[in-house]
Amino acid sequence: MDRRESLKAIVLSTVSSALLLESCDSKSEEQVAQVLETPESSPGDWRTPEELERLKLVTSKNFFTEQELATITILSDIIIPADEVSGSASEAGVPDFIEFIVKDKPEFQTPMRSGLKWLDIQSLNQYEKPFRDLNEGQQLEMVDAIAYPERAAPEMKKGVAFFSLMRNLTATGFFTSEMGVNDIGYVGNRPNQWKGVPEEVLRQHNLVYTEKELRECVTFDRNA
Amino acid sequence: MADYQIKEEPKQYDAVIIGSGAGGGMAAYVLANAGLKVCLLEAGAMYDPATDSAQLKNPWESPRRGASTKFRPFGDFDGCYWGWEIDGEPYTQAEGTSWDWWRARMLGGRTNHWGRISLRFGPKDFKHRSIDGLGEDWPIGYEDVKPYYDKVDRLIGVFGTNEGLENEPDGIFLPPPLPRLHELKIKKAAQGIGIPVIPSRLSILTKKINDERGQCFYCAQCGRSCKVYADFSSGSCLVKPAVATGNVDVIPNAMAREVVTDSEGLATGVSYVNKDDMLDYQVNGRVVILAASACESARLLLNSVSRRHPNGLANSSDVVGKYLHDSTGASVSGVLPELMGRKRYNEDGVGGMHVYTPWWLDNKKLDFPRGYHIEYWGGMQQPAYGFGWGVENLNGKLQVNGKTKEAGGYGKSLKEDYRFMYGASVGMAGRGEAIAFESNYCEIDPNVVDKYGIPVLRFNVKYSDYEINQAKHMNQTFKEILHEMGAIITSGGDAGPHNNWGLQNPGKIIHEAGTVRMGNDPKKSALNKWSQAHDCKNLFCVDGGQFVSQGDKNITWTIMALSMRASEYIVDQMKKQNI
Repeated sequence: MDRRESLKAIVLSTVSSALLLESCDSKSEEQVAQVLETPESSPGDWRTPEELERLKLVTSKNFFTEQELATITILSDIIIPADEVSGSASEAGVPDFIEFIVKDKPEFQTPMRSGLKWLDIQSLNQYEKPFRDLNEGQQLEMVDAIAYPERAAPEMKKGVAFFSLMRNLTATGFFTSEMGVNDIGYVGNRPNQWKGVPEEVLRQHNLVYTEKELRECVTFDRNA
Repeated sequence: MADYQIKEEPKQYDAVIIGSGAGGGMAAYVLANAGLKVCLLEAGAMYDPATDSAQLKNPWESPRRGASTKFRPFGDFDGCYWGWEIDGEPYTQAEGTSWDWWRARMLGGRTNHWGRISLRFGPKDFKHRSIDGLGEDWPIGYEDVKPYYDKVDRLIGVFGTNEGLENEPDGIFLPPPLPRLHELKIKKAAQGIGIPVIPSRLSILTKKINDERGQCFYCAQCGRSCKVYADFSSGSCLVKPAVATGNVDVIPNAMAREVVTDSEGLATGVSYVNKDDMLDYQVNGRVVILAASACESARLLLNSVSRRHPNGLANSSDVVGKYLHDSTGASVSGVLPELMGRKRYNEDGVGGMHVYTPWWLDNKKLDFPRGYHIEYWGGMQQPAYGFGWGVENLNGKLQVNGKTKEAGGYGKSLKEDYRFMYGASVGMAGRGEAIAFESNYCEIDPNVVDKYGIPVLRFNVKYSDYEINQAKHMNQTFKEILHEMGAIITSGGDAGPHNNWGLQNPGKIIHEAGTVRMGNDPKKSALNKWSQAHDCKNLFCVDGGQFVSQGDKNITWTIMALSMRASEYIVDQMKKQNI
């Protein structure tokens, strides 16, 4: 089954069966199928010529060296490791995302490059090896010194700023990947009927819809 | 320049319209359906959301994960081409002033990505000078526009509820969606301190209204422009059916240079640059209709200098470019501990808020003259670029699953923090009325031209204490609501006099208006009450330029109502052979 077919199947199993129960909505079922019947997406299919030009330019060259990327990969997996829910940052493609975004947003280039350099200099001073060649315990010891802004030593300030940027880029890259979106539990971005907050959630928060709301709003079959 | 020549289109149109957004799209729709031959000039590319929108893309389908670029300042998936800056099309600002100018370059213009907030002006909004002595009254009142609001409601479709509020008129509404969880909490908190919260009014089809447009399927992505046309955008809902009549020729990539007039001073057509071959062309029509946006329309008029119109076309009053104003804007946001660790379900809803707050106070008792409405957001949204950013400023303030955390961190514990905090954000923004001052204006910069050789605008706009005091009131109100909810404020909490209480730069809210205003006195206005130039009877302006003031409402619904009204007047006047 190709992607197009499988998307159609998903729709038929989860959405349109509900829609078909409501006779007046048979059009919606068609339109939903129509929306999803788009061919396999490519990064450029909604873009203007100027955007495609920019994309080509950004991806035509590398920014980080192999060594820098190795360090980024280690750091991203320290920040977001695999656990019982999902895989690690590097398994979700975070280093590739960071490589892209620093080319797309050049304001990150100096902070990232100088931060990586700072880390290696610290590492060389302490262990006579670059960060990527340290053992796990040594790497974590160095990260501990820069991962907690409120207790980090004043001379670690530059490292703290770098690690915060690295943490932010890693989290954004991870939770916008397919693995990360599944992990966080975002279940939208698909044809749906909004029937309001589920009853058990309303109860949990001691809330109810007013009669006015239930009378005036689209409720579909709220409790179906 | 030896081969310089202007190519004149041989076809004579009944109307040439500049701009295909809310105003121009509506004019094309009405005129084409009345049987008139229309030429619609658009400075950008053709666009059809059915094929060109990024709706239902996942974040990972953008290598920048939806981050903004200069091509799409509202993010990589946004439905609008260009925005704050356009390559080769600069604008300038007088020293010590600021104006952020958003320009769309595409069929349908900004309507492809706007918030679909579709509010009628109320009776007070047309007559505010009579209430507080500031600005000017409109030459028309709510009763003049009401029939057109009704027609726009029916033609385009808008959801909402009739609340019987004096200055938030009832309409012909489709049913609104039920509030989301954070919206119920906002409603409870706000109502508890006397602030009303009612269903929002958005032009999104919660029911089918015709066979050309689909029904909302609740993906929350109206900002990307809807592939089944379940939200309003001018291209899909007005231009497309207008073209289907066979009476409209759309010319894309046509950058208007000036309105051409004859020796009598009447408009004969429009000259434009074709962006594809960079050559100049001219297209002729019995009437010319400006709908290029308030500032672009003013720019066109000021650049259309002739012996009969030495101060620019329709500008014997010298008001063109003046009275420029935007909605005011300020926001506060935070996270709600009560929503942390919440149950997951599909909360997308429509593309925008399900509830809002109309202006609820009496300005006579306040230190600023005009009101604002409040827009809300929050909840379990699609992750995008910026997700988790700044966690080090937040996770140290929380009890995560019962444990106090240290700010920052890494590893499995940090990964858990992100999951715990997801969906707990909540925020609100005010959109208020600024006074239209004569001293706030755009004019032609004598020293700068764009890449087509067209002189550009120089802006000169400053906010007064009225707007700053209003922003202060917004800031304090929003903090009060968030406090009432038990939220931790993460942005806007430190606003104060140092940053005008978070008041955004003028222009930033993208509701430009006032530069070609209407009025009964030709010495104080450019247009009469039919959106027709006092100085040139076959020239009309149907965008935000014609606004005398803009209320505490978003202006699109009124642009469409006034454009429909002006277009019906044009048809009538043509029948009577007055133009």
